[in-house]
Amino acid sequence: MLAFIVRRSLLAILTIWVISVLSFAIIQLPPGDFVTAYIAQLSASGASVSEAEAVALRELYGLGQPFYVQYAKWMARVLAGDFGVSMEWNRPVTEVIGDRLWLTVLISFAALVITWGLALPIGIYSAVRQYSIGDYLFTLVGFVGLAVPNFLLALVIMYLSFRFLGANVGGLFSSEFELADWSWAKVWDLMKHLPLPAVILALGGTAQLIRIMRANLLDELRRPYVVTARAKGLPERRVILKYPVRAALNPFASTVAYLFPYLVSGSVIISIVLSLPTVGPLLVRSLISQDMFLAGTIVLLLGVLTVVGTLISDLVLMWVDPRIRYQLD
Amino acid sequence: MLARLFGSSSSAEGAAAAEERFAVASQLKLTWWRFRRHRLAVASGIVVILFYLLAALADFLATMDPHDTDARRTYTPPQAIRFFDDDWSLRPHVVVLRARRDPSTFRMVRDQATKVDLALFVEGYSYELFGLFPTNVHLLGLKNPQPSETLHLLGTDRLGRDLWSRLAVATRVSLTIGLVSVAISLFLGVLLGGVSAIYGGVVDTIVQRLIEIIRSMPTIPLWMGLAAALPNTWSVMQIYFAITVIIALLAWTDLARVVRGKFLSLREEDFVTAAELAGASQMRIIFRHLLPSFLSHIIAATSLALPAMIISETSLSFLGLGLRPPAISWGILLQDAQNIEALALAPWLLAAAVPVITVILAFNFLGDGLRDAADPYG
Amino acid sequence: MPLTPMAEIAARATQSGAAPILSVRGLKTYFHLPEGIVRAVDGVSFDVRPGRTLGVVGESGCGKSITARSILGIVDRPGRVESGEIWLHGATGAQAGSIDLVKLAPNGAQMRAIRGREIALIFQEPMASFSHYYTVGNQIMEAILQHSDASRADARARAIELLRTVGVPQPERRVDEYPFQLSGGLRQRVMIAMALACDPRILIADEPTTALDVTTQAQILDLLRGLQEQRGLALILITHDMGVIAEMADDVVVMYLGRAVEKGSVDDIFHAPKHPYTRALLRSIPSIMAAPRTRLATLGGSIPHPFNRPAGCPFHPRCPESIPSVCDRVVPPVLAEGGNREVSCFLYGGRP
Repeated sequence: MLAFIVRRSLLAILTIWVISVLSFAIIQLPPGDFVTAYIAQLSASGASVSEAEAVALRELYGLGQPFYVQYAKWMARVLAGDFGVSMEWNRPVTEVIGDRLWLTVLISFAALVITWGLALPIGIYSAVRQYSIGDYLFTLVGFVGLAVPNFLLALVIMYLSFRFLGANVGGLFSSEFELADWSWAKVWDLMKHLPLPAVILALGGTAQLIRIMRANLLDELRRPYVVTARAKGLPERRVILKYPVRAALNPFASTVAYLFPYLVSGSVIISIVLSLPTVGPLLVRSLISQDMFLAGTIVLLLGVLTVVGTLISDLVLMWVDPRIRYQLD
Repeated sequence: MLARLFGSSSSAEGAAAAEERFAVASQLKLTWWRFRRHRLAVASGIVVILFYLLAALADFLATMDPHDTDARRTYTPPQAIRFFDDDWSLRPHVVVLRARRDPSTFRMVRDQATKVDLALFVEGYSYELFGLFPTNVHLLGLKNPQPSETLHLLGTDRLGRDLWSRLAVATRVSLTIGLVSVAISLFLGVLLGGVSAIYGGVVDTIVQRLIEIIRSMPTIPLWMGLAAALPNTWSVMQIYFAITVIIALLAWTDLARVVRGKFLSLREEDFVTAAELAGASQMRIIFRHLLPSFLSHIIAATSLALPAMIISETSLSFLGLGLRPPAISWGILLQDAQNIEALALAPWLLAAAVPVITVILAFNFLGDGLRDAADPYG
Repeated sequence: MPLTPMAEIAARATQSGAAPILSVRGLKTYFHLPEGIVRAVDGVSFDVRPGRTLGVVGESGCGKSITARSILGIVDRPGRVESGEIWLHGATGAQAGSIDLVKLAPNGAQMRAIRGREIALIFQEPMASFSHYYTVGNQIMEAILQHSDASRADARARAIELLRTVGVPQPERRVDEYPFQLSGGLRQRVMIAMALACDPRILIADEPTTALDVTTQAQILDLLRGLQEQRGLALILITHDMGVIAEMADDVVVMYLGRAVEKGSVDDIFHAPKHPYTRALLRSIPSIMAAPRTRLATLGGSIPHPFNRPAGCPFHPRCPESIPSVCDRVVPPVLAEGGNREVSCFLYGGRP
């Protein structure tokens, strides 16, 4: 069991490293010299930079040196907590990102909970009552969730609510709370606005998981141990829930581990459509305006977030499966 | 891998001489028969084929030049095709709004309604049919149009461009991007999955780890970053191919896993051992015995991967980071629908949603049907 | 005048001395598939007596397992018990006397009270027949807790006791282990323990030793025999191995393609087989006493595909003594040959 934990953790670290390299590549890709552009921007806004300062900056960012040197310097700064400066906002990147990152986490997590809460019972029902009307209905709804890209769904819902309710359902806060400091009232406001984006985000993943749960459960229902349980005279509900569902839960749970990247990705797009104050709109803007340190940092942080989330769900999975615990896997 | 369908015994002669007749069908044929029973999957297959046909004939089906802007005709609503004249004679026509914009509501108000006839096989803007034959014949259009008369089956967008024609061309672009991406993913997936399975050991471990790493990365932010890094100076075609490569680079993992899994499980099958014992070479075993077995799985996995590619490209273009104007794709069309106020004024801007949803649904049903047919027990 | 089923059973009981505890009459279990109807069990009748072992023998696909599942009402869809009667005699509980199991709702409380409590089933593949997510003790205790008011502590003690009875060493430790941690032989013992948890009167063993090696097989059979003597269990032993039948069975039913072609005591079947199929089965057993290098007698042909059942007697295409225009037209009736002997073959009469 310990070997398993160590292996997964090492892999997670490796993945984060790969992401950091990719993030830095993104930072470096646009043509031109970052420092020159920075100095130009500063002077355009009135500040001036002395020659000594310019040289120091160049040294700090390792310009003119090979890729890996610049990368190393960047990583060193990142690990010390310095993510660079946003050119567009003229403030440290961490300030610009602010609350947005953990709001992204919140939405993704809420979507995860909804996905689990919906997919599990619906999947079980579909498998046990195969070919019933309920099964077909859920399959149909599931397919809609699968087929409609979540940004399109968000768009349609926004349009419909605007047209028929005259309301703009975008955003995570009512206007009075948007820039206010945190308070219980603000938290409550957040809770009121959270369900819509979370549900939209959850639908795509739910459809997929329902199908997986249904397929796995159908497989398990055919196995001999289900017959054994029935032969013991157990009531049918216990036979299904205690045995095949438990077995089908495994592949289901391991799929959830990869659901997290999908949700984080999806939240980026949805937040753009619905104008949510999360990381998504910021990322798009920074990419379009070539504000590279901001963009690269966001990509890095999102990547780390995803990997950590995946690792945690893998560990939970391991804890829950006795076969892995006893090193049989 | 031959399957015996049914045996029958005639007992005319008695026990020892009983004849048994067998019908024999190959794996591929069996898969096809099983597939045929899924009516939904078959219908979806037909829908998919129709869509690709439409894509191939995009310019032929278009009515106006998709790039033609016209400031006087922004946000015109769709024109309904009417088939009968007032006296019920057959006269396909549309009612053209010779209109002005009401300054208070900004809506087009009908000043005068003129009937303009429709005709088949009219002349319109020039294009190359299938990229080969220069022509200017279109399926549908106005018969003897006056210079100011235009046909807008789905209305116009904010630059006065005909939405129906743009949708037709967008369909072609989006569907082919999906194909190219899937082709690249397929190549990478089969190559890496196969190599991983055949050589095992260190190679397998490396590929496996690579797959796990890629799978746990958030795709959208990375795609966005990579797509944004493409220089603005690249031509539309260059960006087109770059986008397909970027999408494929992160998406080959699912196919690789399927290929590797099937390879490994099939390798243990007795028929492979039998072939080896009979002296068959590795190549022969792979191509003659293994490949046909999981060909159907690959087909199924591919048709399930396509909708994901299409969604990816649409999402990226929607964000302004994928294909860029003057290219036309579903994502670019939907970008115009992002503005809520504009959408309230011109809901037909969402028209692109219909083919997107239809095609994705069709591919999913098709892929499911193929997968069930390929391996009903898998 | 034909006797009613109950009267016939009673008559038979006085004949052979012990009242049967389970009587199956004319059991038919069919599978309704889109391609056609598979008649897995096509009119089978037999009696099971306390303290005695009934061996059900036949090739794969003859319907032995489906018969067992039909008795317990756990036939998988699209299979269904079409007709017939399964009388459980002297059942305890609210209704003294006999119950027809076919008439009970398969998942109703009454049937479930009988399943596991009066009649228990053990399976061929102990590895696949246990869930790997729960300990062995949990799965045994579940049966106990389902059918009695015992507390968890009592159930656990009983589980340990059962493990000891079936010969599992260190039962206090084993009770908390998972099935995948045990060897094949131990798993089968645990399976038997689980089946005995509620002290059933009838134990159905579906190919209990097929998946085990020969030494373990001998141990398990000894265990079963010992348990039968101790508790007066009625044992239904389903197998395709004639050797196991010879060793364990008191009475034998030979099945072919869903029909019982011959019935009798084990001595009768082995020393004076009547039906050509039984004779062919016995002939095909290799013998130590046969002259070296003699060809092993095999049965010609193969089992017909379920969708292509032969008309008339199901065995006639492979039967060396088949009578033309008789055996291929009409299904032979079941003929009583005295004692508990029955055979279904035109060679012994019953021609139309």
